[in-house]
Amino acid sequence: MRLYFEVARRSFQRHLTYRVATLAGLFTNAVFGIFFSSVYRAFYQDGERGVVADFTLPEILTFVWIGQSLLMLVYLWNWWEVADSIRTGDVVSDLMKPMDFQLYWLSRDLGRASCHWLTRFVPTFAMGALLFDLAWPGTISTWLAFFISVNLAILVSFGWRFLLNLSAFWLLDVRGINTIAVLVLNFFSGLLVPIAFFPGWLRTVAEWLPFRAIVMVPVEVFLGQRTPQSALLIQAFWVVALRLLGQVVLNAAVRKLVVQGG
Amino acid sequence: MITARGLSKSYWVARHRRGALGAMRSLVDRSGREVRAVRDISFDVAAGEIVGYVGPNGAGKSTTIKMLTGILVPTAGEATVAGYVPWNQRKSLASKIGVVFGQRTQLWWDLPLIESLELLRFVYRVPVDRFQANLTEMRSLLDLDPFLETPVRQLSLGQRMRGDLAAAVLHEPPLLYLDEPTIGLDVVAKARVREFLARINRERGVTILLTTHDLADVEHLCRRMIIIDRGRLLYDGSVEALRQRHGSHRTLVVDLEAGATIDGFVRDGVELVRADGPRRWLRFDREAVSAASLISSVVARAPVVDVAIEEPAIEDIIRGIYEGGLRAEPAVSE
Ligand SMILES: Nc1ncnc2c1ncn2[C@@H]1O[C@H](COP(=O)(O)OP(=O)(O)OP(=O)(O)O)[C@@H](O)[C@H]1O
Ligand SMILES: [Mg+2]
Repeated sequence: MRLYFEVARRSFQRHLTYRVATLAGLFTNAVFGIFFSSVYRAFYQDGERGVVADFTLPEILTFVWIGQSLLMLVYLWNWWEVADSIRTGDVVSDLMKPMDFQLYWLSRDLGRASCHWLTRFVPTFAMGALLFDLAWPGTISTWLAFFISVNLAILVSFGWRFLLNLSAFWLLDVRGINTIAVLVLNFFSGLLVPIAFFPGWLRTVAEWLPFRAIVMVPVEVFLGQRTPQSALLIQAFWVVALRLLGQVVLNAAVRKLVVQGG
Repeated sequence: MITARGLSKSYWVARHRRGALGAMRSLVDRSGREVRAVRDISFDVAAGEIVGYVGPNGAGKSTTIKMLTGILVPTAGEATVAGYVPWNQRKSLASKIGVVFGQRTQLWWDLPLIESLELLRFVYRVPVDRFQANLTEMRSLLDLDPFLETPVRQLSLGQRMRGDLAAAVLHEPPLLYLDEPTIGLDVVAKARVREFLARINRERGVTILLTTHDLADVEHLCRRMIIIDRGRLLYDGSVEALRQRHGSHRTLVVDLEAGATIDGFVRDGVELVRADGPRRWLRFDREAVSAASLISSVVARAPVVDVAIEEPAIEDIIRGIYEGGLRAEPAVSE
């Protein structure tokens, strides 16, 4: 266990040093947050809509800002560190070490996420709270449930990203997969539009996929639209399922391992 | 320590396709060709030996080592290493072996060397006191102190290699695999690596299997060498025997003037092994004949435009064995 803690700690420290990337990221989050907030505000106010699919205007603005704050925390797109190590062959020395390969990468990701809690989530959310009128939870326990739910979202997201990365054992080039993954995630995580806004059949599809557990479920917990118990059930299910699936796929990959280069 | 029986590995090289669509098509269409990287190789390595595992590029050296670490599953054959079947018990074997791939690093690129070594302590669960003792020893043997705090990505190749060597032995493995540990190093760094390896072999009894393209590594370190080419085992025996059979010969290459000939030239310890146009290859025993006297006797016989002397390189020896068995051809590449 000590190894994984030490790995996470170093990853945390490393990510703390990426100051320019952090500032650039915060700026982008702010731009998109303000843009989406303005669009939704116009949509609600000009149409004189009070409630759309269960969302009031402050609630939809909260949805927008949580989404922006979560983006980097759950690392929704473009995480290919494992795939890169497979492509370069560096994966060999990691697989040769007597450690749990998936746990090792999870530790790195949790170290990164702990950093992004501080450097990305908190500042982005604070920006949204200062600039717009958001909907706040009434109780401490909702805050707590939200905190837990976001951490579970990180685990679900990791499980998914890890699986995706393992495809590099079979495919020399993951760019194609990446394009599809970004599309699917933007949509089915509920980042762009709340899943409650989807037409009926599409909503059913979204509910059977793991992606809503990454963005939509924490938002629903924050807004009190979903009980903590139901959120926990959905997210814990996907954490376990993806971890097991990751293990199965990893074992298959190692069995037929073809490491690139000499 | 190592027993390999009939080890074979074939790679399936799929046809390469570009782009997203290509990637999808590669999933269904598995056409390609087979590369037989290692074919039916058997050998044993006893505890305490240092064995040189050599062969030309693409011979299958790295592939063999990867199988013996358990990272590659062979297509056929069996092996036990330190009592384990590598590809079935990779994790258990991991703490019994140290591995250095000269072309890669097992250190973390963005961490200072010392941090990488400390992480490895947790990976291998080395007790603190053993770790400290080993670290102290490595620091002096490999002279790590000047760059202990430097991030690995900023280390020179030689420094990184020393760091990797330290990383490979910190958990005190009884067996060490080294795949080109001297690649790209200058003479001083090479000497230091060799000295280090000789020392841990002598003092700790570490068994070493080593691949290299530098015959000097083998000459300095190994009593025994295994030669492979195109996946096949060509030679397994003492370095001394090999050198006596092939290494004591040099080749004089002479370019004669147009129309000149030295046919019928006879001298003890000299053999005309090849003729091509005006060029002649004369293999001579360096103990029996001096190069100077050979040149002058050739020049006395026919007008010569140019001369060159070729030492038997490792590749020549390998090729010699491959092509001519024990009758070493001084295969000269043009
Ligand atoms: N991942 C791979 N996929 C397909 N073919 C491979 C792969 N790795 C190695 N090969 C092929 O297997 C053969 C043996 O390669 P290997 O790397 O074992 O050689 P080597 O003896 O280590 O060579 P070098 O001295 O150049 O390092 C080569 O023909 C190589 O092209
Ligand atoms: Mg090699």
